[in-house]
Amino acid sequence: MSTKQNTSLFNKAILLQAAKDSFIKLTPAFLIKNPVIFIVALGSLLTTFLVGFEIVQGSFSSFNLQISIWLWFTVLFANFSEAIAEGRGKAQADTLRKNRTQTKARKLEGKQEYSIFATELKKGDIVVCEAGDVIPSDGEVIEGVASVDESAITGESAPVIRESGGDRSAVTGGTKVISDRILIQITTEPGNTFIDRMIALVEGAKRQKTPNEIALSILLSGLSIVFLLAVVTLPAFFQYGLTASGLPLSQNLSLPVLIALLVCLIPTTIGGLLSAIGISGMDRLLQRNVIATSGRAIEAAGDVDVLLLDKTGTITLGNRMATDFITAVDVSIEKLADAAQLSSLSDETPEGRSIVILAKEKFNIRGREVNEMNAVFIPFTAQSRMSGVDLKTEAGQLRQIRKGSSEAIRTFILNNNGFYPQKIQEIVAELAQQGATPLVVAEDNKVLGVIHLKDIVKGGIKQRFAELRKMGIKTVMITGDNSLTAAAIAAEAGVDDFMAEAKPEDKLRRIREEQANGHLVGMIGDGTNDAPALAQADIGIAMNSGTQAAREAGNMIDLDSNPTKLIEVVEVGKQLLMTRGSLTTFSIANDVAKYFAIIPAIAIALYSGSSGKGPLSALNVMNLGSPQSAILSAVIFNAIIIILLVPLALKGVRYRPVSANTALTRNLLIFGLGGLIAPFVGIKIIDFLINL
Amino acid sequence: MTLLDFIQVILYFSLLIGLTPILGNYMFKVFSGHNHIMKPVFGWLEKLTYRFIGTNPDEETNWKSYFFALLAFNFIGFIFLFLIQLFQAYLPINPTHLGNVSWHSAFNTAVSFVTNTNWQGYAGETTLSYFVQMIGLTVQNFVSAATGIAVLLVIIRGISRKTTDKLGNFWTDLTRSILYVLLPLSILFSVVLVGQGVVQNFKTYETVQTLQGAEQVIPMGPAASQIAIKQLGTNGGGFFNTNSAHPFENPTPISNFLEMLLILLIPAALTFTYGKMVGSVRQGWTVFSAMLILLVAGLSISLYAEYSSNPVFGHLSLMEGKETRFGITNSVLWSTSTTAASNGSVNVMHDSLSPLAGMVAMLNIMLGEVIFGGVGAGLYGMIIFIILTVFIAGLMVGRTPEYLGKKIEAFEVQMAIIAILAPSVVILLFSAWASVSSYGLSSLNNAGAHGFSEILYAFSSAAGNNGSAFAGLNANTVFYNLTLGLGMLIGRFGVIIPVLAIAGSMAKKKTIPPSAGTFQTDNWLFVGLLIAVILILGGLTFFPALSLGPVIEHLLMNNGITF
Repeated sequence: MSTKQNTSLFNKAILLQAAKDSFIKLTPAFLIKNPVIFIVALGSLLTTFLVGFEIVQGSFSSFNLQISIWLWFTVLFANFSEAIAEGRGKAQADTLRKNRTQTKARKLEGKQEYSIFATELKKGDIVVCEAGDVIPSDGEVIEGVASVDESAITGESAPVIRESGGDRSAVTGGTKVISDRILIQITTEPGNTFIDRMIALVEGAKRQKTPNEIALSILLSGLSIVFLLAVVTLPAFFQYGLTASGLPLSQNLSLPVLIALLVCLIPTTIGGLLSAIGISGMDRLLQRNVIATSGRAIEAAGDVDVLLLDKTGTITLGNRMATDFITAVDVSIEKLADAAQLSSLSDETPEGRSIVILAKEKFNIRGREVNEMNAVFIPFTAQSRMSGVDLKTEAGQLRQIRKGSSEAIRTFILNNNGFYPQKIQEIVAELAQQGATPLVVAEDNKVLGVIHLKDIVKGGIKQRFAELRKMGIKTVMITGDNSLTAAAIAAEAGVDDFMAEAKPEDKLRRIREEQANGHLVGMIGDGTNDAPALAQADIGIAMNSGTQAAREAGNMIDLDSNPTKLIEVVEVGKQLLMTRGSLTTFSIANDVAKYFAIIPAIAIALYSGSSGKGPLSALNVMNLGSPQSAILSAVIFNAIIIILLVPLALKGVRYRPVSANTALTRNLLIFGLGGLIAPFVGIKIIDFLINL
Repeated sequence: MTLLDFIQVILYFSLLIGLTPILGNYMFKVFSGHNHIMKPVFGWLEKLTYRFIGTNPDEETNWKSYFFALLAFNFIGFIFLFLIQLFQAYLPINPTHLGNVSWHSAFNTAVSFVTNTNWQGYAGETTLSYFVQMIGLTVQNFVSAATGIAVLLVIIRGISRKTTDKLGNFWTDLTRSILYVLLPLSILFSVVLVGQGVVQNFKTYETVQTLQGAEQVIPMGPAASQIAIKQLGTNGGGFFNTNSAHPFENPTPISNFLEMLLILLIPAALTFTYGKMVGSVRQGWTVFSAMLILLVAGLSISLYAEYSSNPVFGHLSLMEGKETRFGITNSVLWSTSTTAASNGSVNVMHDSLSPLAGMVAMLNIMLGEVIFGGVGAGLYGMIIFIILTVFIAGLMVGRTPEYLGKKIEAFEVQMAIIAILAPSVVILLFSAWASVSSYGLSSLNNAGAHGFSEILYAFSSAAGNNGSAFAGLNANTVFYNLTLGLGMLIGRFGVIIPVLAIAGSMAKKKTIPPSAGTFQTDNWLFVGLLIAVILILGGLTFFPALSLGPVIEHLLMNNGITF
């Protein structure tokens, strides 16, 4: 699924489908899932029967008909909001299904190859895939290495390498092998593959209410019961008032009026939009190429207050870069730069390349064509812990240039009967203290100087962490570096805490510790080593490039395999919860105005004496045209506001990285105060239009 | 209002604010088991009590066992009180030879005093013997208040403890509340009240000749000892029928001021105790502030309504039904405090308040008796509103809601809703029933909207465990005695059970440490939010009913029509 595809809020096809679905969703089996809207539907049905009955009786009331129509619209609008939220997921699911056409698998038994349908594959089966084959199901590469096109899932067209062993062994059904041949052991049962689960997730077919959504539904149902009580007792109170005013009991409140009042009071706005908000939360994650295996995970993301971040890739660019040359006594900087470049010309590691570039940029020493120089390159080995080059000069002398760790070069120098200066040792110690990696350069028996290799902290990351801190989220950097180096980088990046020389089991321990103190922990990982920690964390995001074990353990999968995704996921979670809270507040605040519209309208006759205009008309602060238009306006406003808020429910309220207090004040002003005022204005306008 | 009125109101609130931390801190020491000044005095009695009950004071139980202990204790209290009324004629200390009480009145009164409501469908001096008043009512005045404190302690422990199901020992909490808080305070104030002239004797009623030559019966009795606790324990059940409007219950301006202060003293101080026990005094003051603002707002509206010129009687304040000894300010200050605090004692007939002041009194009760509220009950009711506020508004900061580090989840919301619903069901359904049935309507003394207000008030008072009456309504009938009695039970235990269940659920949870991303519940913004939620929830539930009662009455009065 690609982020590049058309995901605009309202494309025509989705709108049409959603309009159709809102009628399909009128079935009781569906409606019962949403108690608030179910009450509205029951009310609509009752009013409709009443209108039908009236027509048969010949006492047709257009007011009752209009009430009944708008009540049905309220239900339809609520259905529509959910349908449109699902619609976007459905469109994405269709794209996915296309990739899951009937693939054939080349199943291997012993040395024998059989061709069977992909759907017949069982867990543990071994299949062969060669260039051009579509991988039939999810699995683990057990032999070979291949480049794989994963664009079907990630939308990223550049192929990725998948190889046996290590952390890049997982392959996904539906992706395509571009080169080479691999053996894959199938790790999932049919129907439960990654693509299957993705389709189910984006379609919302298996969507279960999340814990907070359940709690909110309970609140909304509770409020509905409160209002039901207020409304069902009203005719009795009215009867008392009618008797006291000397009016006939036949003037008591009619059923449609009571239902209208009830529907206006129960929280239909948030009730109608609740599931759309939940679905669109999933959807917003999808647009960031993150798949959550449950809605619960997104909610938890909003609550996370400790993030464990791997240093490499998240906080720093993947690799160290050369940033400076520091010379030994009596050595010119050009000589050092030249030697450093020569030693690295054939070094294809990112560090090596960065040395070549630094020499070029700083001292204009151009990279030379190595083959013409009679040079023999000495590659880095774990034993020697240095690399370099042996050159034959024109005079026929042998130049031995080496770069490497301080100890390795020291041994090299001493073996060549050279002298390892105290000054160099001091420089090395100082650089290490700053968190950098010093590489010592030597030629023959002389030390030329030191290359300053540094971890480059990603641009903007410090600010990002500051924002997280404002939101009350603590960041912990995890690194295998020693604590000196780790401390320096932690300070530069502005993380709150770090774990140096961390092993995978340390991660798990740290998560448990934080959780024991009541924190919710989020982390992102890819390796098999990370799997336990991913499973333990409250939010475990597995990178799609990672191992199958990691992908199984996490509750989210990042298709882009981008470690900074964790931060975005937290933001999506927070936005989801904010939207829910804001619309709930708005919905409840709305009720005040509706009372001021409906109560004076229905009680106008009470204690009116001969004037016909009772004392409660003083509550008609909106000065609405007639009792009937007042009730109708309130019902219409109540229906229309659902549709008007659909875009907000889908997009979510505006999110800013600010403290809880600032966010609360802002949302309260907009949705609390706005929710109080908006219906006064809205109902007045609708009433004005009705009475034109 | 005169300057002196203002000074008195300000003095009243200053004293309330000043005494809150002093008594609050003392109660904190008492309930946390620390050493305190009363321990040397009553410590031996505490130990003796535990030995008598046969409980180990340090053995704590889960919320269910706690509740069953509480329920059993209250049930036995109810049965005892019911029986001694039924057979009062055969029991001692009955010098006036009052007869047995009818079964429905006895039921109503027994429920009323056990639930800390102290609604009185009867007239004290002509119905109940000294024995019943002392052994029955006064004892329940103590233990029903202590029960409220016990429930509050459980929810506080639920909030402040983590990953446990141990929530305290009911007998320990009960004993400590009575011995160290209610008993010493009521002894102290009884003595002061006797000094002011409140009667305290076992004499028969005296018959005297008035100046006009008529005969008048002067009731006597052990009043002072019951009055101190009826004020302190937010009970409110008067010794005499006219309650604290009676000169023997409330003889002087000083006794009046003192009795008013006692209404709010313990509920206010408990907010401070709460703050101390949950580890943040600010949290306590936040709750206190919300309560105080609601109280002052209600008082202002009432004072405004009472001092406004009355279009029916010209530019006079209405003095009908009010004690001339106290005047408007003291009457309204009392009526507001006693309804806010679920006390229910009166020094003015609420029936005679102006419609708006009457509505404030009614609304104070309808909002759930959380504006200081009953002893213990007010604060645990407020915690229910806090939970709802945190749940609704807490989401807006982008985290699932939490209060003091405890996540508010489906179970808590469900229980909170039940606690809000229980009294509302009583008020609305029973009022609706009474206002259309002949047995409901036949008790009315007033017509029109005012009659409706009387019904509404009666059921609000029962459901809110307040106990004050709009009078005007003859509630001593089978219908009202039973429905009101049932209402009181639902209003009391319909809240206690969910509160205890929430405590049980919260105690099991972990405590999330606060951070910048935490929804703050100890600032003015939260005070405002809490008030808004209380007003909107309460207002939305009762607005239709109120608008057909006091609101219409007020509007009609402005048009020159009264009932």
